[in-house]
Amino acid sequence: MLLNQFLLLSAFLFCVGVYGVLARRHTVLVLMSVELMLTAVNINLVAFGAYHGDVIGQVFALFVLTIAAAEVGVGLAIVLLIYRNLRTSDLDDVETMKG
Amino acid sequence: MIAQNVVFGILAAAMGLSAIGVVRTKNVVHAALFLVVVLAGGAAQFLLLGQEFIAWVQVLVYIGAVIVLFLFGIMLTRAPMHPDESLDNNLRWPAAVVALFLAGILGGLFVTTFHAESVDARQALEPARTAVVSDAVFRTYIIPFEVVGVLLLGALVGAVVLARKD
Repeated sequence: MLLNQFLLLSAFLFCVGVYGVLARRHTVLVLMSVELMLTAVNINLVAFGAYHGDVIGQVFALFVLTIAAAEVGVGLAIVLLIYRNLRTSDLDDVETMKG
Repeated sequence: MIAQNVVFGILAAAMGLSAIGVVRTKNVVHAALFLVVVLAGGAAQFLLLGQEFIAWVQVLVYIGAVIVLFLFGIMLTRAPMHPDESLDNNLRWPAAVVALFLAGILGGLFVTTFHAESVDARQALEPARTAVVSDAVFRTYIIPFEVVGVLLLGALVGAVVLARKD
């Protein structure tokens, strides 16, 4: 297997995640697109770890995964708070800070 | 080698189509289910690379916990369960341009930099055993590990403080 095929797959997933973050309006869907990007990064780390025959890729992917889980927890708590206060889950309606 | 490449191709196609499904579907619950396919494909790719521990952690943490959190979030915000046209904003074409631009840059860089490097799962298997991973985590990277533990505690407390009703 070429290293490149994993890198290109992860680049594709990352770009799809970027598109989702920019084009989605529903907050939960934006968080899901962020998860896509984090998965792409993990595939990159693990592929390079396997390429170098080193365990460090797996260890760093583990840390990224842990932080992604923490991010989803806090992110969904914020989404719930926005929904409770503004009665919306639409990012375009959250414009209190707009001048 | 051929078999591995075939498996990779099937998994990559499923992951790519499901990823597009996550960002294009009009149903919020379907997006979560497409995300399950992408994450399970990622775990399978890790197994293909001979990195078993991170693969099963991916299954347990992402598919087991994160997706459930997403579904809770969808239900608690009373997201529409039926197809809904208002999930996208009007930045669809600029976002597509940005994503294609980024894909071109990343793809070109990868193709020119790593055009011939190959990765062998059987070679990677021995240094990627779970015992070696645990040695690395609890010996070499013990300080980052503890910091991540404190971060998880902070995230837990923060999520509870944010989400509870006063």
